[in-house]
Amino acid sequence: MSSSQDENGPRKGPENSDKVKVGDPEWAGSLKKLYNSVVDEPLPDSFKNLLSQLDQDGKK
Amino acid sequence: MSKDQKKRELPERSTQDKSDFKRELTEVVPHLRAFARGLCGRPDMADDLVQEALLKAWAAQERFEPGTSMRAWTFVILRNAYLTDMRRNRFRGEYDETVAERILTAPAGQEEPLHLSDLHRALLTLPPERREALLLVGAGGFSYEEAANICGCAVGTIKSRVGRARAALSSMMEDGDIPDRELTDPSAHRAILEELDEVAAGRGEAAAGK
Repeated sequence: MSSSQDENGPRKGPENSDKVKVGDPEWAGSLKKLYNSVVDEPLPDSFKNLLSQLDQDGKK
Repeated sequence: MSKDQKKRELPERSTQDKSDFKRELTEVVPHLRAFARGLCGRPDMADDLVQEALLKAWAAQERFEPGTSMRAWTFVILRNAYLTDMRRNRFRGEYDETVAERILTAPAGQEEPLHLSDLHRALLTLPPERREALLLVGAGGFSYEEAANICGCAVGTIKSRVGRARAALSSMMEDGDIPDRELTDPSAHRAILEELDEVAAGRGEAAAGK
């Protein structure tokens, strides 16, 4: 909603970013890959069981 | 979580609301698992954490405002569960070596490519509040603002945490120099726990939720 310009505004300056370079470092894509690899994993049965248990509790 | 200021009347949830809640909760489970794994490293503990968070979310479902982000809402719950467990030292000294070993000894292609396992290991050496900030923004795709809401801190704080996390990871990845003992070092661990106390201090409101 409120994209507060003060906080989101101009970057503080390049001093801080000399190690990071401009834009995303090489590993940034890997970080997403790492995250997505877990997201894409099939859900273990323990979770399916838990979720269906929740349902039953709700019916009580 | 105990204080019920009846400032805002919580509407009765219809059956439809409840089934919507259940559906949305189910949909975010994979994301919760990914976030948790990034936070605590060990897949089994991460899953325990997610289960705990799911139960808490279910119990607190009346506080969820339909139409808002289920992912953000449940991340707050997961995060609080993680902080609580960390402060109880549940993960103490266990995850670092185990994770590194498990990942590094896994046959190529079966777990993660070497590059990813390096990254994962590097990620785990970051202080928790920087790690979570980077996970939220860099992996989870949250905006700085959303991440700030989840962590209950200022947008500027999140930006600075993400910036530091990025700088640390970049230098580790570039130099190929990833410390793997940091978390088992008692003084480092103490520092982390102290930081966690501070992080946790501001968490109540974000969780019990507006």
